[in-house]
Amino acid sequence: MRKIKELIIEKSLLSSALVTIAVTIGIILVLAIEAFLFFKEVSIFDFFTDTQWTPLFTEKHYGILPLLSGTLLTTFIAISVALPIGLSISIYLSEYAPRSFRKTIKPLLELLAAVPSVVYGFFALVVVTPYLQQFMPSLSGFNSLSAGIVMGIMIIPFVSSLSEDALFAVPKSLREASYGMGATRLQTAFKVVVPAASSGIIVSIILAISRAIGETMIVAIAAGQQPRLTLDPTVPVETITAYIVQVSLGDVQHGSLEYRTIFAAGITLFVFTFLLNTLSFRIRKKYREKYD
Amino acid sequence: MTSIQKNRLKDQLFKFWGIACTLIGLVMLVIFIGGILVDGLSRIDWAFITDLPSRKPEKSGIWTPLMGSVWVLVLTAIISFPISVAAGVYLEEYAKKNRLSALLEINISNLAGVPSIIYGLLGLEVFVRIMNLGASVLAGALTLSLLILPIIIVATREAIKAVPNSIRDASYALGASKWQTIWNQILPASSGGILTGVILALSRAVGETAPLIVVGALAYVPFAPQGPLDQFSVLPIQIFNWISRPQQGFIDNAAAAIIILLLITFIMNGIAVYFRNKWQKKLQ
Repeated sequence: MRKIKELIIEKSLLSSALVTIAVTIGIILVLAIEAFLFFKEVSIFDFFTDTQWTPLFTEKHYGILPLLSGTLLTTFIAISVALPIGLSISIYLSEYAPRSFRKTIKPLLELLAAVPSVVYGFFALVVVTPYLQQFMPSLSGFNSLSAGIVMGIMIIPFVSSLSEDALFAVPKSLREASYGMGATRLQTAFKVVVPAASSGIIVSIILAISRAIGETMIVAIAAGQQPRLTLDPTVPVETITAYIVQVSLGDVQHGSLEYRTIFAAGITLFVFTFLLNTLSFRIRKKYREKYD
Repeated sequence: MTSIQKNRLKDQLFKFWGIACTLIGLVMLVIFIGGILVDGLSRIDWAFITDLPSRKPEKSGIWTPLMGSVWVLVLTAIISFPISVAAGVYLEEYAKKNRLSALLEINISNLAGVPSIIYGLLGLEVFVRIMNLGASVLAGALTLSLLILPIIIVATREAIKAVPNSIRDASYALGASKWQTIWNQILPASSGGILTGVILALSRAVGETAPLIVVGALAYVPFAPQGPLDQFSVLPIQIFNWISRPQQGFIDNAAAAIIILLLITFIMNGIAVYFRNKWQKKLQ
């Protein structure tokens, strides 16, 4: 009797774990089916080569490139902010800071990631853009620059926290050998500790990029809703995520081609983040084996 | 200057640069929250909390989106808690080192990195269309439950891992079965860590905007939801809606609503940290 009860419990726990597999299959099926129906009407060649994205206009174009360029532009700006600051923080905290300081500052930094992104969007639109306009009069009210900068601030803890864990895990003996040779903390940090922790740092950067690509509310609020193929950070653009929000806010008929565009955009986004996440998982696996 | 002095100087300079970097993010956050307090604090009064939305900014309140957020939060907690804790227990206590558990592990790590708006697309198709729930509180809560599943699973696993093996051995030695050991010993001993993870996950859910917009939550709902199948709005969507309006009055409203949202988020984070500290002390 007891054995049967134990078995039933184990199986029901297993089925809960399998829910996570069902979610992944669900995501892939939903995106694939709707995207398949989309590509029955729009050629996949046009999708990747047309330089205009105007599904909601009378003259319709279905080129993903403008949305892709908007996404990559904001991501690039965000990473340019988060990477140097995040890495410096992680090196400072693991190599320089006193332990007590490190212990208090880490949860505070993580607070940056706990603030809802709609709040950052408000910050970008109402504070950062008007501030930047004082120096750059040509800056448009919606632009990828402030959205990117603010997104960069939001993802600082993604870079700093994971990198710091990786740096901290480097064995003390390596540092001591370097100090013994007369190296300063800075030389030790950059020539010994950072190279030894490089895979962990790379993982943190990949995850930060993946997070920036999928970020929605900041760009939907502050970067604008005008898909355009440009690398100019001062003009309005539209990201993949912002487009999905734009369509969802409107009144689009289920089953129409407009409705399917958000799934075609969604699958593009999903493929990007999926590749990045898988890559980071692979690197992390390898790295774990190296240190245990 | 000798090269030793040069190197020492560089070392000192980097130290100050490191401190500056560490503080810059926090300083920005403080400036920003300060600005929001200036804009929004004067707008907050009891009427702002209890009034229904209106076309006039000075008459608008946040009652309906606030109640929507509460509804979504409670339902999300009820749905996600049992599934994710069960999955975490399975992975940590039962799963053998085989292909299935390797697949589950890589899958959960991947799900944690899927952008939240993709969960919105899943929810739109599965819960809103196929299960025919419409743009209801329940559809929104189911979507957010899936979104926070990986977070709670990871937290549960960490919490169970932290329980010392001696507790397991003692329980088995007294003749307890595997499930009795888990239910009577391991879960109580790890409850603080699990609770921390659940609260942190829910604090993320309360700030989520994009997936609920995709699922079809409305920017304007005349009444607070009465049941799980009612239409709803949530606080972040109301904020988004007010930000998109040109009048200054609505910007002030958005700032005021942000204060309430941040208050909820920070209180939840504070409670989570409190539980974690208490639990870690108990474990030691």
